[in-house]
Amino acid sequence: MSGAKPSPAPTVFDWTPARPASSLEYVEGWGMAAGSHVRVLRPRSTEELAAAFALAKREGVTLGLRGTGNSYGDASLNERGWVLDTSRMNRILAWDPRTGVATLEPGVTIEKLWKSILADGWWPRVVSGTMFPTIAGAAAMNIHGKNNYAVGTIGDAIREFDVLTPAGEHLTCDRERNADLFHAAIGGFGMLGAFTRIVLETKKVHSGDVRVRAKSTRTLGEMMAYIEAHRGDADYLVGWVDCFARGRALGRGLIHHANYVHEGEDPDPRASLTVEHQELPANILGVFPKDQVWRALRLFNHDLGMRAINFAKYHAGWVEELDEPYLQSHAGFAFLLDYVPNWKWAYGRKPRELGLIQYQSFVPKETAEATYRELLERCQRAGLVPYLGVFKRHRPDPFWLTHAVDGWSFALDFKVEPVTRERLWKLCHELSEVVIAAGGRFYFAKDLVLRPEDARRAFPSDKVERFRALKLRHDPDGVLQTDLWRRVFAAPTR
Amino acid sequence: MPQATAAPTLVSTPGKRALVIGASSGIGAALVEELVRRGYAVGAVARRASELQALASRAGGKVVIRAHDVSRFAEVPALFEDLVRELGGLDLVVFAAGIMPEVERHEYDSEKDLAMLAINFGGCVAWCNEAAKLFRTQRSGTLIGISSIAGERGRKGNPMYGATKAAMNHYLEALRNRLAEVGVVVTTIKPGFIDTVMTRGKKTFWLIGPDECARQILAKAAKKKGETFVPSRWWFVGFVVRWIPSAIFRHMNF
Ligand SMILES: Cc1cc2nc3c(=O)[nH]c(=O)nc-3n(C[C@H](O)[C@H](O)[C@H](O)COP(=O)(O)OP(=O)(O)OC[C@H]3O[C@@H](n4cnc5c(N)ncnc54)[C@H](O)[C@@H]3O)c2cc1C
Ligand SMILES: NC(=O)c1ccc[n+]([C@@H]2O[C@H](COP(=O)([O-])OP(=O)(O)OC[C@H]3O[C@@H](n4cnc5c(N)ncnc54)[C@H](OP(=O)(O)O)[C@@H]3O)[C@@H](O)[C@H]2O)c1
Repeated sequence: MSGAKPSPAPTVFDWTPARPASSLEYVEGWGMAAGSHVRVLRPRSTEELAAAFALAKREGVTLGLRGTGNSYGDASLNERGWVLDTSRMNRILAWDPRTGVATLEPGVTIEKLWKSILADGWWPRVVSGTMFPTIAGAAAMNIHGKNNYAVGTIGDAIREFDVLTPAGEHLTCDRERNADLFHAAIGGFGMLGAFTRIVLETKKVHSGDVRVRAKSTRTLGEMMAYIEAHRGDADYLVGWVDCFARGRALGRGLIHHANYVHEGEDPDPRASLTVEHQELPANILGVFPKDQVWRALRLFNHDLGMRAINFAKYHAGWVEELDEPYLQSHAGFAFLLDYVPNWKWAYGRKPRELGLIQYQSFVPKETAEATYRELLERCQRAGLVPYLGVFKRHRPDPFWLTHAVDGWSFALDFKVEPVTRERLWKLCHELSEVVIAAGGRFYFAKDLVLRPEDARRAFPSDKVERFRALKLRHDPDGVLQTDLWRRVFAAPTR
Repeated sequence: MPQATAAPTLVSTPGKRALVIGASSGIGAALVEELVRRGYAVGAVARRASELQALASRAGGKVVIRAHDVSRFAEVPALFEDLVRELGGLDLVVFAAGIMPEVERHEYDSEKDLAMLAINFGGCVAWCNEAAKLFRTQRSGTLIGISSIAGERGRKGNPMYGATKAAMNHYLEALRNRLAEVGVVVTTIKPGFIDTVMTRGKKTFWLIGPDECARQILAKAAKKKGETFVPSRWWFVGFVVRWIPSAIFRHMNF
């Protein structure tokens, strides 16, 4: 024993931890193909958030805002500074079950939101394919759901928000007050300030289920025609595409078309409007633990396996199509993959080396079909076929750097491996040329491949200039930065 | 536009970088020397800077030393970050800091007891939580906690010492269960008698030296053991001690 009497006396009972809490962690994009070891600050209140800004300013360090890190690429990474994670500021500040308006701290997740409001007969108007994003992350990316064509993006459901700017101003923004900041910060990928409070409108529902029908489609054109024909009557429309199919079968797939259950149609809405009714069981067939499913999926995670799975899914669609429309819970329909824990690990999980990227482009309706056929053909020619393709219909919105267009989006999941990485990036750059020529746009929540010249051509230059001017005003020292910002908007040197 | 300067980037892939808390003497010091022999860059933490200094020059290789009292919990996150940056990443953490003051037969001294709680267990939690956050997010790493055979039962001799070790076992088991899904190894080492200042002047048996102890600890961790005795044969003592009925155990004087 060292014999030394512990001196000075232990501090255990009058311990004051540093605020905000800070730790060194490996922070990566959801797709795992990018990440770095950085200091993460986790404020729990607006005061601690302000303290984090002050600290960064004092130390002359940049801050990258982050929610729960569900952006696929480098939108919430900051390898050359600190990460400011607002997911611990996660209280629901107010909820009005009569109007369906929720006032949320920035770190409230979509999961926490729906679980809190469902019993009152409400559902978030816009959700992503996963329920784990925070509301601030969702607002900063202006996320869309499978109903974008009908109800717009999440920005359209936001009534007002408070933002704390690096310049130190607390500003309340809506469509009238600070309207510029309102329309720029939604979809502004965390470059103008930190959301501290978001007032969100939700949707009245009369059942915990939606009515779903499947439609198998033999070509991309057929898929687009179906979706176009049902835009008026479907509440949700999403297409899955078998990216391995070539030639005459190019773009074959399966559409899921869902509608809300009307008032009075659900005999017992009190039972279906519960969290238990929404959630999927923890074990598949009652025995196989779901948290091990990714290991089984891993066995198929190569071209041959994924070709087979896509083939099987397409043909299963023929059968599913014959079924009567069926009821599925909101959560089951919207977030199915969330119930397979860590399914992305099927792609391999070696930091920075293995994982996936998603290449999602948004193309105006006039040029979309030809563009997407060409994207698929180019992928196949390059021998880099996406393991998953998802097709959606969108509509324009008033947010400055929005990805949404009056047209379509196609999201392609590519496996990343050291041997294919360089070729994959090159292919994506080629695809971007096609998309840009078609008048298309990109989505920062998914991006890891865009170059400054791509962004310059894809986004309206007047909006980008106004955005930069607004950033200069609210963040004169350039404190808010992410890897994405430096990669895509590499600011001209002064 | 960006005036804010960029912090130096830490690029880390798995390698040989270790951190030993409680490194100035005994088992911890032996671990530092053994790790250096195996090519590790090692961070060494304890209160006595002079001992750490001597250790660093004795060990050769890359040894980064920091004087710190583990009961100063508030210092831990920044110190941890500082050390990991200095080492260029982290693959292994050993928490070996501990005290075992003499406790009289009828002594109930809260100051002594709570010092043990703060150092042996509080320090363990403060450091291992930082390691857990890093290892979980990078999906690799090995965490070793030096507990003790003394954590198996509540002996008359030193109620709090044993309690801090039992608490370590419980806490580290939970970390092991949390971190298993990302492939992080958490090993709880329960030494018997090791020839260090801690055992000096005490009646011992099966005594081994700290160097041998260090080698055995690293071998067990490499085998991804969960909770394990060092040397192994102490499992037998642990087994017997656990099964002695309370009515008999309370008449035993050790
Ligand atoms: C499986 C899966 C499915 C998905 N499906 C969809 C989909 O259907 N539709 C869709 O639109 N998106 C989808 N996404 C993307 C996801 O919705 C967005 O990336 C969303 O932004 C993630 O939120 P987050 O809290 O994880 O934010 P992060 O990824 O951590 O951050 C996103 C952005 O928000 C900024 N930010 C974070 N906190 C704040 C704050 N307090 N103030 C200001 N800015 C902040 C960050 O700087 C960053 O730019 C999907 C993602 C996954 C993994
Ligand atoms: N020796 C045995 O037979 C035996 C048996 C079972 C378990 N153990 C355990 O093994 C571990 C190592 O013990 P040891 O035998 O090697 O004894 P040791 O030589 O006394 O080592 C204890 C180490 O912990 C450090 N330490 C103590 N208090 C600290 C504090 N407040 N902050 C930072 N560091 C502190 C000491 O450094 P400073 O004094 O310089 O701070 C020293 O480096 C202990 O946890 C002990 O309980 C030992």
